[in-house]
Amino acid sequence: MGYNEDDLAKDLENSEYKYGFVTDIESDKAPKGLNEDIIRLISSKKNEPEWLLEYRLDAFKKWQAMEEPDWAHIKYEKPDFQDLHYYAAPKPKKQLESLDEVDPELLDTFKKLGIPIEEQKMLTGVAVDIVMDSVSVKTTFKDKLKELGIIFCSFSEAVQDHPELVKKYMSSVVPASDNFYAALNSAVFTDGSFVYIPKGVRCPMELSTYFRINERETGQFERTLIVADEGSYVSYLEGCTAPMRDENQLHAAVVELIAHDNAEIKYSTVQNWYPGNKQGKGGIYNFVTKRGICMDDAKISWTQVETGSAVTWKYPSCILKGDRSVGEFYSVAVTNNYQQADTGTKMIHIGKDTKSTIISKGISAGRSNNSYRGLVKIRKGAERSRNFSQCDSLLLGNKCGAHTFPYIEVENKSAKVEHEATTSKIGEDQIFYCNARGIDTEKAIGLIVNGFCKDVMSKLPMEFAVEAQKLLAISLEGSVG
Amino acid sequence: MITIKDLHASINGKEILKGINLEVKPGEIHAIMGPNGSGKSTLASVLAGREDYEVTGGSVDFEGKDLLDLSPEDRAREGMFLAFQYPVEIPGVSNINFLKTAINEIRAYHGQEEIAAKDFMSLVKEKQALVEFNKKLANRSVNEGFSGGEKKRNEIFQMAMLNPKLGLLDETDSGLDIDALRVVANGVNKLKNDNNAFVVITHYQRLLDYIVPDFVHVLYNGKIVKSGTKELAVELEEKGYDWIKEANPELA
Repeated sequence: MGYNEDDLAKDLENSEYKYGFVTDIESDKAPKGLNEDIIRLISSKKNEPEWLLEYRLDAFKKWQAMEEPDWAHIKYEKPDFQDLHYYAAPKPKKQLESLDEVDPELLDTFKKLGIPIEEQKMLTGVAVDIVMDSVSVKTTFKDKLKELGIIFCSFSEAVQDHPELVKKYMSSVVPASDNFYAALNSAVFTDGSFVYIPKGVRCPMELSTYFRINERETGQFERTLIVADEGSYVSYLEGCTAPMRDENQLHAAVVELIAHDNAEIKYSTVQNWYPGNKQGKGGIYNFVTKRGICMDDAKISWTQVETGSAVTWKYPSCILKGDRSVGEFYSVAVTNNYQQADTGTKMIHIGKDTKSTIISKGISAGRSNNSYRGLVKIRKGAERSRNFSQCDSLLLGNKCGAHTFPYIEVENKSAKVEHEATTSKIGEDQIFYCNARGIDTEKAIGLIVNGFCKDVMSKLPMEFAVEAQKLLAISLEGSVG
Repeated sequence: MITIKDLHASINGKEILKGINLEVKPGEIHAIMGPNGSGKSTLASVLAGREDYEVTGGSVDFEGKDLLDLSPEDRAREGMFLAFQYPVEIPGVSNINFLKTAINEIRAYHGQEEIAAKDFMSLVKEKQALVEFNKKLANRSVNEGFSGGEKKRNEIFQMAMLNPKLGLLDETDSGLDIDALRVVANGVNKLKNDNNAFVVITHYQRLLDYIVPDFVHVLYNGKIVKSGTKELAVELEEKGYDWIKEANPELA
């Protein structure tokens, strides 16, 4: 028997118990297993329209006919999909009295990240004082967006309030049949985010899931849909640098972005889910399908900093359908201990004069494995399209691995495709040089790694970047003996 | 400042330092000269705490502390500075950020608060001017794409910024043209005061035309075989190292 979801739950429970928590017994939970009845149950609990139920059932049929892919450079015990709960009533987060009740290790990390006390409380579910009235902040925020006609709500709300938009765009970029995990998500997704930016509107603030953190439990099967209408702009932040513990071992999200003519979507992610312990036990499996489509003169940028999860399988991609459209992918993936990441992007050039840029920085430490897997495809009609890819790997120690799997398919002679790749090791010389200036080894590694990632970090929104820098250093703590 | 007694060190089982004795007092400049392979750079590395070397005997007292007991970063924080013979490149980390981190680490060690951004910038300005360091280089990544001379100048700039008690210059003059040599030497001369000291390791005498040492020591096969004043350096320049070798056949 491998380490499964129940063990993880137990581990989390035990560690909570140690600090005097009482574990609630969950009541409103569907029985384990996946079948049509469960899907009907989910759909009816969420009061969904008939077409959405049909969509789920259809996805389920497709999923049943599929096999879990095994081409990625990762090894893990395949989950038993009949041994999972697919629906649990959203339960109110346990309200804690003070931060004294929170896992000290977690607080320590918060401190290192420099997260303000009030935010720490929000993140851990401690009652927030009057000092920061999160409700009023949120309301002002919502009013402002409403004024501009921007819709930013949970996916479930969108299904109820804006069914026409959901129906029109959902699954238009990632069809249910796309891959095993996307099909599973399509059948059983519970919630996520929905964003619509009207024509010509420039969203005045970063839209962040953070603002919605108290409104929902992070779902195991999240669904995000962002539509930027003609000439609009939005910057969206997913996740936060604070460590995320979740009792669900398997996560399979789907994110779809639609950028209409002249629109721009900037999507930034910091992923810091529980990576498992130092021996490689436990941790989240993260199988995500993220894809965006660009119409004429549109632009989509994916920026990601991946430091968490035991297994990451993720390829944020761009379909450059429109002429002169632009796709960008900036990625930092850190693996330590026994973590495994197989991540990269796909840039599909269809329109003329399309451009894509890929900058990937992989950092491996401990006994981890870090792979870049990318596809640049230039279709026949993509005249004069261009791609530039740069994949750099940095190794700490000699028990980890870095791998690069670039695929390039070019069907048009006028296209220009460039690929650069480097692999380097943090040198003892570099560390000693820092030591000799009074900088200890841990700090030195943080400094060197952040230097290595500078090209990507500079693409993150400012306040996110500062936290992400600290996060990198924390993720690699103890990686050099 | 520093008292080295009968210091022995080896690398991969091979003994390189075979009993070094040296005392440096505040306000002094010592030059250590010697032929290639005599152990000059090893001495600098051992003092700075490079792990590749194993100290097999002897003691080093630095300002009342057992130096050999301190980690490399604590040695730096206690006021020792090694100007590297081959400065390392750290891509993506700006010189300024690097130095700010270093200064704050040193301050934290002494229980001081982080330096204010304004104070730091004026310090940068002041020291840049002092050691004639190009402003553009200060903002570039640490040593990345620097010429050999620029790297050495950067070492002196860093030394000026960190204001150590004891500066060890490990063949800082090697590969420098005469202008760079002058800049490096001027830097040391300007930084010199009654409370700090410098140990200048060099193969050639020419650096000592610009930095006038109080004492000159000749290192040969892991031992200081001759000590004197600056005239000794001139003698070495004239006669070469052969007469040293001939005078110490037991070490050959």
